[in-house]
Amino acid sequence: MSRWFARALRPAFAFASAFIIAIALAAPLHAQERVLPLNELKSGLEFNGADVRNLQGDDFANPGMLWVERGEKLWSTPAGAGGQSCASCHQDAKASMKGVSARYPAFDTQSRRLLNVEGRINACRTEKQKAEAFKPESEDLLALAAYVNHQSRGLPVNASIAGGAREHYDRGRVFYYTRRGQMNMSCATCHEQNFGKRLYAETISQGHPNAYPTYRLEWQTLGSLQRRLRACLFGVRAEQLPYGSQELLDLELFLAWRAQGLPVETPGVRR
Amino acid sequence: MADARIQVPQSVKRGENFEVKIAIRHGMETGYRVDDVGKQIPRNVIRELVCKYNGAEAMRVDMSSGFAANPLLQFWLVARDSGEITFEWVDDAGTRFAERASLTVSG
Amino acid sequence: MKPTDSLKPASPARRVLIGAAGAWGAVQLLPGSALAQVPAPFNPNELPPIPAMEEFLAGRRVQFTRMQMDIPRVADNGNSVSLKLGVLGATTPGAVQSIHLFSEKNPVPRMAVFRFSPQSARFDIESRVRLAGTQRVVAIATLANGALHAKVSEVLVAIAACLDGA
Repeated sequence: MSRWFARALRPAFAFASAFIIAIALAAPLHAQERVLPLNELKSGLEFNGADVRNLQGDDFANPGMLWVERGEKLWSTPAGAGGQSCASCHQDAKASMKGVSARYPAFDTQSRRLLNVEGRINACRTEKQKAEAFKPESEDLLALAAYVNHQSRGLPVNASIAGGAREHYDRGRVFYYTRRGQMNMSCATCHEQNFGKRLYAETISQGHPNAYPTYRLEWQTLGSLQRRLRACLFGVRAEQLPYGSQELLDLELFLAWRAQGLPVETPGVRR
Repeated sequence: MADARIQVPQSVKRGENFEVKIAIRHGMETGYRVDDVGKQIPRNVIRELVCKYNGAEAMRVDMSSGFAANPLLQFWLVARDSGEITFEWVDDAGTRFAERASLTVSG
Repeated sequence: MKPTDSLKPASPARRVLIGAAGAWGAVQLLPGSALAQVPAPFNPNELPPIPAMEEFLAGRRVQFTRMQMDIPRVADNGNSVSLKLGVLGATTPGAVQSIHLFSEKNPVPRMAVFRFSPQSARFDIESRVRLAGTQRVVAIATLANGALHAKVSEVLVAIAACLDGA
């Protein structure tokens, strides 16, 4: 009997230690620890050249401002069955929308779902204005999102992961650290382990979402954060998730949490 | 909807040089890109941009696909009378656009 | 066929082929070979060979003293490169008739022509251009008296690091 016990002890020990190591490794996934401390956060602007920085800094030259202006017009344009515009309920966006997008993505307690700014705009469009939702990445939706986010320019990103948002944050975090695609890379592979290093002729950024929607020179137009995330997925040869998918939305929340404190820069300019 | 922004100074003195800026929302499609089913997207760029100051031609730009998308243009004119700065531009598709801004000249 | 067939010395035909390959490799190493890919160092006082520009010049000579061009040495992205043009010392009405802009490698070499009115007295231009790869850009100002002033700049343009299919 004791001989059996002795023989079982070694594998039992091995199993126990493996279990403890596994817990230790898995622990970061459950903790709220930051790989990038808040005082080491750098906006993507710092990883772009002088031309891009000058473009973003000049409100006239910044091509993204064309969409912000269009969004301003759309804000006062009636739509839907009741002929209501955004302004009908929210009046002057400069006041009512100030600080709003800095809190996004946000958990909507009424509908029990996570919403990014585009999702919130479409929710208002369909539920309150009784109009058709904007298609993802459509010019009007981009313009309104750019206009709304622009009202938070300069304010620190500050999205909540409490309450109903928590499970979305958790999923977003797992997504961020999971390797994927033919290149078998996770978001962290580039943006946490290799930011500041050169990838071909470019310097890898920390991958923050604080400037979106952004005018990307590569796109030659304004685009949303989800478009950029899909581009990254393409970059590592992973399956591109559809616009509005839960995974992309959860990832947006994780990214916002990760970028806490960075100033909103919308409309950004990036290469 | 002509998506363009024009900037002229708030006010300017007669005889002074003043800067005019225009930012146009136009894809400036080069004709060398293909869509996601491999079909070539036809070329459609702004061909010509004319700026008039109170009806008289003040600046003309022959443009091409060599301009960036959503082009920006900044140049200088000489202030004479108060009035209007107008821009007219036409692209390969034949669409004509126009925008105007008021100019106040003192002295 | 025996297993050792592949270890036999190369047949005469194969020897010729290998010899030719070796000779081709040696030619690559010759200096001044037309196959050499080392680019010439940038010379700001030399106009690049651009047929559209030569057509415009029609044999006229240019000077390199007064045309100014501000363009980044390394472009963030070839789709949008900021450009500033100016003509040194041109401050009187009508001093400059036009500025032509030519590209060495773009599919459309004649990028732009800025045509000033006789009243214009300041000839600074700012815009953004597209550059299809590393190349030289030439700006040529035509002054009131017909004199031509040129500026040649070289811009390094790389493609994006990650392909973007979104």
